[in-house]
Amino acid sequence: MSRANSKRLEFGGYIDRTQSLQFKFNGRDYVGFQGDTLASALMANGVNVLSRSFKYHRPRGIQNRGYADVTSLIQIAGINESPNILASVQPLYEGLEASSVNCWPSVSFDIGSIFGAFSPILPVGFYYKTFMWPNWHAFEPLIRRAAGFGKAPRRAPAGQFLSRFDHCDILVIGAGPAGLMAALTAAKSGARTMIVDEMTQPGGSLLYSKSELEGRFAIDWIARTVDELKSMDHVTCLWNSTAWGYQEGNMVCVSERAPIPEELISRNWKIWAKQVILATGAIERPIVFENNDVPGVMLCSAVMEAVQTYGVAPGTRAVLFTNNSSAYEILPYLRAADIELAAIVDTRSDVELDTVIGKDNSSVEVLLGASIQLVIRAGKRVKGVVVHAQDSSGKEKKGKIECDLVCVSGGWNPSVHLFSQSRGTLLYDDNIASFVPDQAVQATHCAGAITGEMSVAGCLKSAVNTGSKALSRIGIQAAPISIPEVSNGDHTDYQVDPFWSSTAGYKRVKAFVDFAGDVTVFDLKLAIQEGFDEIEHLKRYTTTGMGLDQGKTANVNAIGIIAFHLDCHPSEVGTTTFRPPYTPVEFGSIAGSQTGDVVLPYRHTPMTDWHKAHGAVMYEAGARWRRPGYYQMEGESMNEAINRECYAVRNHVGIYDGSPLGKFIIRGEDTEKLLNLIYTNSFSGLKPGQGKYGLMLNEEGLVFDDGVTFRIDDDQYLLSCSTGGAPAVERKLDKFINVECPELNVIITPVTSQWANATVCGPLARQMLQSTESDIDWSREVLPFMHVVEGIIAGMPVRVFRVSFTGELSYEINTPSRYGLKLWRYLIEVGQNWDICPVGSEANHVLRVEKGFLSLAHEVDGIVDPIDLGHGWMVSRNKNDFIGKRSMEIRRQSQPIRQELIGLLPKDSNQLISEGAPIAPEDKQALSEGFVSACVWSGVLERTIALGLLTDGRSRIGETVLAWDQGEPLSLEVTRPIFYDAEGIRLRM
Amino acid sequence: MLLIHCPWCGLRAETEFRCAGPVKPPRSEFIDKSDEAWLEYLYQADNRRGILEEYWCHEKGCGEWFKLRRDTATHEIMDGDTDS
Repeated sequence: MSRANSKRLEFGGYIDRTQSLQFKFNGRDYVGFQGDTLASALMANGVNVLSRSFKYHRPRGIQNRGYADVTSLIQIAGINESPNILASVQPLYEGLEASSVNCWPSVSFDIGSIFGAFSPILPVGFYYKTFMWPNWHAFEPLIRRAAGFGKAPRRAPAGQFLSRFDHCDILVIGAGPAGLMAALTAAKSGARTMIVDEMTQPGGSLLYSKSELEGRFAIDWIARTVDELKSMDHVTCLWNSTAWGYQEGNMVCVSERAPIPEELISRNWKIWAKQVILATGAIERPIVFENNDVPGVMLCSAVMEAVQTYGVAPGTRAVLFTNNSSAYEILPYLRAADIELAAIVDTRSDVELDTVIGKDNSSVEVLLGASIQLVIRAGKRVKGVVVHAQDSSGKEKKGKIECDLVCVSGGWNPSVHLFSQSRGTLLYDDNIASFVPDQAVQATHCAGAITGEMSVAGCLKSAVNTGSKALSRIGIQAAPISIPEVSNGDHTDYQVDPFWSSTAGYKRVKAFVDFAGDVTVFDLKLAIQEGFDEIEHLKRYTTTGMGLDQGKTANVNAIGIIAFHLDCHPSEVGTTTFRPPYTPVEFGSIAGSQTGDVVLPYRHTPMTDWHKAHGAVMYEAGARWRRPGYYQMEGESMNEAINRECYAVRNHVGIYDGSPLGKFIIRGEDTEKLLNLIYTNSFSGLKPGQGKYGLMLNEEGLVFDDGVTFRIDDDQYLLSCSTGGAPAVERKLDKFINVECPELNVIITPVTSQWANATVCGPLARQMLQSTESDIDWSREVLPFMHVVEGIIAGMPVRVFRVSFTGELSYEINTPSRYGLKLWRYLIEVGQNWDICPVGSEANHVLRVEKGFLSLAHEVDGIVDPIDLGHGWMVSRNKNDFIGKRSMEIRRQSQPIRQELIGLLPKDSNQLISEGAPIAPEDKQALSEGFVSACVWSGVLERTIALGLLTDGRSRIGETVLAWDQGEPLSLEVTRPIFYDAEGIRLRM
Repeated sequence: MLLIHCPWCGLRAETEFRCAGPVKPPRSEFIDKSDEAWLEYLYQADNRRGILEEYWCHEKGCGEWFKLRRDTATHEIMDGDTDS
């Protein structure tokens, strides 16, 4: 076992024996060759056990080929560490380091295999039945550790993932004989053709076939055909690429692995095809018998591939177990690999042996009407089989045959996964005892073994016909093409006799139906006994076909066994729905380059770097904007910083970066009409230079956004809205003028990021601005509250709005974004004499609560109307329509008493209350009657203040209510929702 | 993923578009109707199986609004922009 490549044949295989590759598996060094997969190299080195099974931790080796070998799960180490890789598809490379998954402490001694010893306690539905008390989560960590597959890598991979789109006329999926021939037909006819195959080498089953095409080896035909395809500019070939999802619109997702080794881990293609040809072939079906998972039990196709493609002899003495004639193709392979054939066990009674065996094998013992009942194991490897057969008199007899390899063929399952994903229907075909495509729903065609055609000659013919049909659908005349002659070893005579299981009496034995999920035939029987007789329920209860297998090998056997127990035909059982992905796809592949910071990039104002350099703690401000929360000076706490900033605004001057505020230019003759429709109050007669605060409702009559709209000049209005609400406002207005009121003649242009905004606010703001180098008259007479002027400050073009966010005298100075930082710096410099203080959103919030100004997502939580907020005065009585009017009236008729905005003063003036704390009477059974929407420490009032919504609140001013903060009742006095400058003198200065 | 025909940009991926629901008569026609008719206009969308005319917007592209006829059962998009 330790001798390198002890199982490698002296000759043969499509490997390059001049290039040996060093690799490590479970810490041990091995050598393989260029052209090996990890699985073939391990097999060549005599490694039997690759992994431990999911539930019982049984040793598992190579059973199947390609992506159907669901038990060869391993983890690859290195810079692009990845769990859940199948050894049977992982190309070997120099320095590859891999390890088994799902075993602890090691693959040869696995603690978890005690589950196997105690398996009666792990029946089907075990998790559902056992871990119910106190709840599932108490057991979850332990179970996850025991049942997990690979370990998630701790670091991000060094390589990249990308994704791209493409379009083609004909997309061929699968590059076996049918796929290559179909692609050739399409390509030669001039159609834009794409062909994808999941293996690194195209050719499918032809790669290990002994068939000859046009008198030459199959691999020569493959090479020539691929060369011909690649020579045409309108053809794209993708190998090592799995078509894993068939979506609406005839779009197929293809994950291309390692397009650039190490650097590009995978590229996910989304390909729209006018016509899709599925040439996905068929997967050999295992047979269900006791211990059918012991290393050394392999499907015939896997043995043939090992010998022909990799030059490996997987055993020395074999028993062949089959229910169909295709398995007899293996005989020359066994001879070539010098594997002794101990016996052929065929479940069928009437087999024309001369035809299937040929004369030179006539010495082999053939048992007809017989079956393997049990595999005897020695250590972790097959040692022999127990066969049941009938003698000539029909009497049951039982015999033991020694062997180290069991070659199994239970028939072939067409790979209908993608066809089913495309919503095509399936049909049970008695001739092949499996499911085949029936009715296509999209522009989907099937060619080759997927249709149940099992001969190479038949596949080639069906490919040309299907290709021509697909071409004619898109108006392309198929070019004439000759179909290659097939000779030598084509299984034209595939006769299969369904044989679902040989576990007589269905005892509690380990006869596996789904190897990936460790589902046994006994589990299926038990589930049916428990009343699960519908296939979709059985699948979920037993997990058959749900894991890595995804129905590749397990489903048809499971359906056959279920049909047997329910005493019906497999077609009556039906199939479950196949879902993407066909094989595991990394999340990275789906995300492509959109990961980390790029997923939803932050938006920054031109002044961001200045803020950061001056101690700003950046907050997310909605709509992906980042904005200073507060500016922390050395040795200062967060609360001290906020109090300092508030003090500056109330007593001298503060400056605030208002750039993210949503802004829209509205033009067109119906602009006034539009404003009157989208706001509750009247916007008629606004003169150039004037502005107005407006409340915007949604059509349900609830407050949606608020903001100020200015008439800039005769035909231009500037609408502003909340920062976070801007995207929603844009979508809403866009839909409104295009769909709901298409008769309005207006154009709305979002200009949020075109303008930077520095808001100078505080009682000394005017004094300060008067000392700037500017042509603007800052006086109250020329520029009163709710007015706008255009002008120049220090050579920079500006628009100055008199709006107030804070309740103080404020000038919102907008300048084109490219001047933003320069303007900000200039104002900071000029402001030094007035002790100007940059202010963040925390201080802004405090100042707004003091004034009772609304904050979206605080007071305006999506279920309040203007009257609830005490803004009834803003609801025009003269307008017969605005968005939300009708619905608000209907709601108010049936619900006159609602929660209303009120102020709240905690009885303990130092007490801060959590935002969202419910207001409810002392009786704990009573319903809540409102909640605290905001609570802050107010510097000017030297106490905490709060806003909230309270049922019938305005008529309860003066009452004491209780807010429940994490179970603690806190007394609050209900007040008017304004705590500072109730007359609004300061902001109009 | 569907390919959708934008009147300006031609066939583009579905992810670039926003579907704004079935086509209804203009809002103005319902303003004076009964409460029931108004609420029906607001909340009851035609969601039938079969061919449905919908509003779509090429939101992540040119921004064009258009009507589109689509079979809700097969996802087939009927030829032609009914609004042009």
